[in-house]
Amino acid sequence: MKIAVCTNHVPDTATKVMIGEDGKTIEPKDVTYVVNPYDEYAIEEALKTKEQFGDDSSVVAISLGTDANKESIKKALAMGVDSGVLLKDESQRDSLSVAKALAEEIKAQDTKLVFFGKQSVDYDNGAVGQMTAEILGYNCVTVAVDFKLDGDKITAEREIEGGTEIVETSLPCIITAQKGLNEPRYASLKGIMQAKRKTIEEKDAVSADNTTEVLQMKKPAAKAPGKIVGEGPEAVPELIRLLKEEAKVI
Amino acid sequence: MANKILVFLEQRNGQIKKASFEAAKVGADMASSLNGEVEAVVIGNEVAKTERVGNYGISKVTHLKNSELGFYSPSAYKELLNNFISENGFDIFLTANTSLGKDLAPRVSVGLDTSPVMDCVAFNYENGLTATRPVYAGKALLDIKVTSDNKVFTIRPNVFSPGKPGSESANVTVTEVSPTNFGTKVIEEKKAGDKLDVAEANIIVSGGRGWKAAENFSTVEELAGLLGAAVGASRAVVDAGWRPHSEQVGQTGKTVSPNLYIALAISGAIQHLAGMRSSKFIVAVNKDKDAPIFQVADYGIIGDVFEVVPAMIEEIKKAG
Repeated sequence: MKIAVCTNHVPDTATKVMIGEDGKTIEPKDVTYVVNPYDEYAIEEALKTKEQFGDDSSVVAISLGTDANKESIKKALAMGVDSGVLLKDESQRDSLSVAKALAEEIKAQDTKLVFFGKQSVDYDNGAVGQMTAEILGYNCVTVAVDFKLDGDKITAEREIEGGTEIVETSLPCIITAQKGLNEPRYASLKGIMQAKRKTIEEKDAVSADNTTEVLQMKKPAAKAPGKIVGEGPEAVPELIRLLKEEAKVI
Repeated sequence: MANKILVFLEQRNGQIKKASFEAAKVGADMASSLNGEVEAVVIGNEVAKTERVGNYGISKVTHLKNSELGFYSPSAYKELLNNFISENGFDIFLTANTSLGKDLAPRVSVGLDTSPVMDCVAFNYENGLTATRPVYAGKALLDIKVTSDNKVFTIRPNVFSPGKPGSESANVTVTEVSPTNFGTKVIEEKKAGDKLDVAEANIIVSGGRGWKAAENFSTVEELAGLLGAAVGASRAVVDAGWRPHSEQVGQTGKTVSPNLYIALAISGAIQHLAGMRSSKFIVAVNKDKDAPIFQVADYGIIGDVFEVVPAMIEEIKKAG
């Protein structure tokens, strides 16, 4: 069984966002880029599924972006993924354009099971997994916190407000991973050494037009500084009064 | 462009979600700003009080009814909606950015060959239609124009006020449908107890590492219970295994905008602030007067949560 995992390379969540010179993207200076946190759960689930199927299975990591994305592919390789594909692209793509390029590569890889993170923590659109599936005509379960594969049959659990839904589907399928799906493994020293011998194939991402245009990036309105009501439990009656009478929220 | 808007109303257990009425109001406002038309659609088996959407400015609703659609089926919903949209010539599709809306809207978008603009918090109609949405969990916002004829937007819950409901009843048409694609299908819903979800709560009481141990969260839960609030948690607390991930607020958890957010012993890491700074009122209790949480808090108390929070519980009980 051949399994794919799609990974993205994004600013670390500790990043303080500054707006770049173009006024439409962030200032990349001083930003640390990491593999998208949700993609780590996707990588782990792909590896666990591979282990379930044994040695004739393999996992390929696919990433669309610049040369910098190779860092995230290397991390996947160090965790145990077998090979990588970098779909080279310098442009800013919207979700549909990314999904079209990924779908093309998944078709070329001929894989029927693909894992994504449920969203990238940069643009937060959370759409590429489902859209790639729809383009390919694959089934898809998003925001998965549990995944079981039995033959062609899939039972997954997805997070919803106040609980979960049990979803039944079958291969071919795309699963988008939520935190809680598993506990991602750390790359071992051996894994890191082995990763150096694994190949990352590079090719140009197929072009696909954007259907959205970013006009500007802006910072949210700064909040007016609040007030310190006081110190310790003595301040509590005044706080409760303010919440009732001034803010009128309780 | 026709500016023919379709608002999708989400139902669970036959009840239309509050966030869908907010989306309906956005759809009605959009139609009047663009000189367009707006209708609503709901999918399910039995759905109660569909006509209530008339209160929010939509006069026509179609209920696509099928007895197998008691639970959500992404594939069947997508099939029904893409058919309904093309048969009726809609070119703008709106839904609430709920767990279902987030799953569904991108699928519908593929059928319309457009990229969805998810989680919108504002619309502007001055130079055509532009949408504003948060990125980096709210550390920045993007103004976006959709360049294709078809457009898909999802609406962040609890941001757009549905306003005072009017007294108009919408005209409801029930159409029996038979979708063929049940390739992906929910077979069961599991509730995580009777707890309110942070994504839907009007008030959130959130705890951080300063609580020192999982069992101490009983105090957080007690305060939340008194206020009818959901319990939230910082990433540190979730990573320590004290609280479930479903309660995590922040960049790798949920982005929330309740009326009141009470941060107890949360210092305010940048990824946490990103997830809750759009709350309407923020209260912070922290020992450290320099904690970043005080920069976004409307009201702060400097102090030990083990002393301050029991006092809050007493004071609220006293006030009844």
